[in-house]
Amino acid sequence: MASETLDIEFRGVSKRYGDVTAVHPTDFAVPKGAFIALLGPSGCGKTTCLRMIGGFEQPTTGQVLIGGADMAEVPPYRRPVNMVFQHYALFPHFDVSANVAYGLRQVRPRLTSSEIARRTADALAMVQLAGFGKRKVHELSGGQQQRVALARALVNRPSVLLLDEPLAALDKKLRTDMQIELQNLQRELGITFVLVTHDQEEALSMSDVVCVMNGGRIVQLGAPDEIYDRPADRFVAAFVGKTNFLDGTVVENGGNAARIRLANGMEIGARLTGGGAPGAAVSVSLRPEALRLGAATGETGLGGIIRNRIFLGSTAEYAIEVPGLGTLLATADHDAARSDLLRPGDEVAISFNPGAPLAFPVADNKTTQRETSHVEVLS
Amino acid sequence: MMRAFVTAVYGFLYLPIALVVLFSFNAGRHASEFTGFSFQWYGRALSNTFLMEALTNSLIVATTSAGLASLCGTAAAIGLGRAGPRTRAVFDALFGAAIVVPGVVIGIATLVALVQLFGIVNPALAALWPGDTPPRLALGYGSIIAAHGLFSTALVTMIVRARLGALGRDMVEASSDLYAGPFTTFRCIVLPQILPAILAGFLLAFTFSFDDFIVAFFVAGSQTTLPIYVFASIRRGVTPEINAIGALVLAASIVLVIAAQLLLRRRTPASS
Repeated sequence: MASETLDIEFRGVSKRYGDVTAVHPTDFAVPKGAFIALLGPSGCGKTTCLRMIGGFEQPTTGQVLIGGADMAEVPPYRRPVNMVFQHYALFPHFDVSANVAYGLRQVRPRLTSSEIARRTADALAMVQLAGFGKRKVHELSGGQQQRVALARALVNRPSVLLLDEPLAALDKKLRTDMQIELQNLQRELGITFVLVTHDQEEALSMSDVVCVMNGGRIVQLGAPDEIYDRPADRFVAAFVGKTNFLDGTVVENGGNAARIRLANGMEIGARLTGGGAPGAAVSVSLRPEALRLGAATGETGLGGIIRNRIFLGSTAEYAIEVPGLGTLLATADHDAARSDLLRPGDEVAISFNPGAPLAFPVADNKTTQRETSHVEVLS
Repeated sequence: MMRAFVTAVYGFLYLPIALVVLFSFNAGRHASEFTGFSFQWYGRALSNTFLMEALTNSLIVATTSAGLASLCGTAAAIGLGRAGPRTRAVFDALFGAAIVVPGVVIGIATLVALVQLFGIVNPALAALWPGDTPPRLALGYGSIIAAHGLFSTALVTMIVRARLGALGRDMVEASSDLYAGPFTTFRCIVLPQILPAILAGFLLAFTFSFDDFIVAFFVAGSQTTLPIYVFASIRRGVTPEINAIGALVLAASIVLVIAAQLLLRRRTPASS
């Protein structure tokens, strides 16, 4: 078996609370040294999965393996993993050093106190808090507390670091800094990171592998660009990044080269995921950055009137009212955004690459929605 | 108008207490006229052997019952924190009931239950005892401590539960995640953070037991606690000696209650 190259493996793992299923039977594996993000809306089961790795929840069925060993009877304090809690869970009656050293003090046979002191100081230096050891926890800012929590977990040199929405409580600037720092730390230490987040930007920007979850199931597992460019279903397309959804019906199902008739009668080529007989209702996803705006030519293409322009610096977003299709969002980069052509009230022609539209069966979405609301009771 | 009303209410509440304290310094022998300032009644009170014995009894009962209540209450609070929601609701209701049930009812109920119990246990002990003089269970220290401890356990449980609730499961899980077994987690993380609540519970339990007359009156048997002594002396006529005792008990109670409040209010270590 290849389990020695895997840090974490789920084999048919599910979790039920009474009548409610938080996680449906799930299989997945995380290779050693990977940075994986469990991404999904609240109540999708991602935190439950993380807590099953940490040992705070027991799976109802299936096995959780860490480093190839079954963790069924192993309590949290005997697992080679450490966790950064969402609200840090620092010990308020200890100073910073004592918080960081806590895990080292539990090691048997005992480490010498000089060894503990050295490793604690190293860990604090690693998170740029050298010299903060004697501070009380409540004297630190949110970002500093976050770093202490990180040092407290990493000082133990775990084989897996679990991060439960670690950046959710930080402001945007700090969050970006910490994202970069976490990425650097992960590369330097070579430890497997498992990050739980509901923030798709965070998941895409930090991890090597994104595991999108919804309604207690893994919907898609893949590299960030794969998730973004080739979403497995309508839910992923909607949850990861911004997109436009256009209603349509299948004219001809050619898989990668299907013909779809849009609500305004226009026929376009699209890649159809999930199948659909001619006549079936589909939802066509078109990313805002895939839309190109040009001067209205009067040809029989897609066109509309600019209603709003949101200038974002390097890019600008346009809300364009398209007759028969509703309002589409388009992104143009800075140069195009400066063009005199594009002002609210202007008529524009919209074009896109033939490969850009992705079509998804509509029914797919409805079942997903129902499961989501069902599971949300839990959180 | 409103102000006058409020003044009247507070006056009605606190004036008698102030008078008790004032007359404890009375040089005269009657509680009705103040004839001069003196500490003599405090001296008399402290050299009265019956009074001192009652005081000692009260201190023993209060310390023991509060100590037992702190131990059992803390254990119950921790256990309940882990129990299922239904078990928890049932026991919360039972503990709540123990606090609202009037002292008279607790006193009578405990008395009846203990007498019944002794009626069964004492003959059995007499029959089974190998020696000549079998021990006899009777009302006394034990029964007062039991009755007070029962009520106080409920009190301590409620207080410690509130503190444990504020502690949250995060702290315990973090400790467990950092390789600490359940015992270490309790000793290093949970106990230091709920200690103020336990101490506050102890002080409140102590105060309750020390001041209690009703329950003790029913189950004390031949023992005399301070409140029972005071009640008995009043029937022989009020002397400033009683006032002196009252003032002392009042002062001690105030100190204990304030200490308990300070402990409870000590900055809750916030996780935010």
